[in-house]
Amino acid sequence: MTVNVMTSKDVTKKVFDKEELFILDVRNESDFQDWKIEGENFDYFNIPYFELLDGVEGIMDKIPSDKEVLVVCAKEGSSIMVAEMLSDEGLTVSYLKGGMKAWSEHLEPVKVGDLKDGGEIYQFVRIGKGCLSYMVVSNGDAAVIDATRMTDIYLEFADSIGAKITHVFDTHLHADHISGGRNIAEKTGATYWLPPKDATEVTFSYQPLEDGNDVEIGNVKINIHALYSPGHTIGSTSFIVDERFLLSGDILFIDSIGRPDLAGLAQDWVGDLRESLYKRYRELSEDLIVLPAHFMIIEELNEDGSVSEKLGTLYAKNHGLNIEDENEFRKLVTENLPPQPNAYQEIRETNMGKLNPDEEKQREMEIGPNRCAVR
Amino acid sequence: MEANKILDAKGLACPMPIVKTKKAMNELESGQVLEIHATDKGAKNDLAAWAKSGGHELISHEVENDVLKFWIKKG
Repeated sequence: MTVNVMTSKDVTKKVFDKEELFILDVRNESDFQDWKIEGENFDYFNIPYFELLDGVEGIMDKIPSDKEVLVVCAKEGSSIMVAEMLSDEGLTVSYLKGGMKAWSEHLEPVKVGDLKDGGEIYQFVRIGKGCLSYMVVSNGDAAVIDATRMTDIYLEFADSIGAKITHVFDTHLHADHISGGRNIAEKTGATYWLPPKDATEVTFSYQPLEDGNDVEIGNVKINIHALYSPGHTIGSTSFIVDERFLLSGDILFIDSIGRPDLAGLAQDWVGDLRESLYKRYRELSEDLIVLPAHFMIIEELNEDGSVSEKLGTLYAKNHGLNIEDENEFRKLVTENLPPQPNAYQEIRETNMGKLNPDEEKQREMEIGPNRCAVR
Repeated sequence: MEANKILDAKGLACPMPIVKTKKAMNELESGQVLEIHATDKGAKNDLAAWAKSGGHELISHEVENDVLKFWIKKG
């Protein structure tokens, strides 16, 4: 039997289409428990590759014959070894090209809407880590918001649709992933905007992003309006694009809300978070489509793989927007929080320009799920 | 630290450091120590977990000029 290769793009399609897949994850148990490939109809079996060096006979009864089987490891080497052993036993299986490393770095662009006069807005779904970034395109110009460090993907995508990146924004100083914003701005000559209250320690120059700033993209003038919405960080800023889309950063998600503790200031920022969610956002049109900077669970994905919902629907359904009692709210966002993202302090310092880790180190810092929310 | 055998697994990618470690371990007697040099970062967690599941003891590890060094006592 043969061993097939599956790419992260192939697996992403299976996630979006809710297909079945049996994943044999041969990383060690703690890595698997911490973070794995999520799909609504995926089944799993975890056994470390080093338990299989003498053969796979012992696990043959764990592997279904009526499902597609994907062997996954950290970087791909061990999954190829195990896939070949299974193939020798007569099974047809695939391995994940580039392993979890590639999975963590895969971005899938999904168009989330048309803007006026031929403009478009795209969401880049980082399926393995739950990060969402955006490109607003209008008449040959593009703006990128909350870019990941895989900057080539945005540059190539802009190229492929004949757009030039002229503005780059970060909604806040990220703690869960390394921003590609500065890098894209340097490569394209675009303006890099950051909220100044999050940027007090940065080592590079940037364009301060203030409440009420309007930035226009392209001749057709797609408006990007900045709305100061602190709480996840003190500088957190949202964007209203073309009066139709609300880019909510890490303040509001589909099924959860932002956490205020990643800079160690939970008690100080919880009041800001409440005001942003319960007053500032309340004053906006309920018809705005919310586009957050993260998703937490795979069930938040729409049919086409995008992550979005009407603001009015979130006010009806999102638990974090429906806590009348201020003390209860305070408790939710400051107590019993999920573990903090891996290396979040080092990631913050990298995004400030204080640390300059090489690519391998950056990858290692970002390993695992993002955990920027509370439910 | 005194080792009965040294295994050079530098430059090898997963799964080879463990495949070679297992082989080298087979040639040692119980109680003897194998010293392993590796550069694959994943080797740290994997060697620790492998040693545990095989009844061996990871006595010590350190990093020296980007080389990960491990000492495992055969169980």
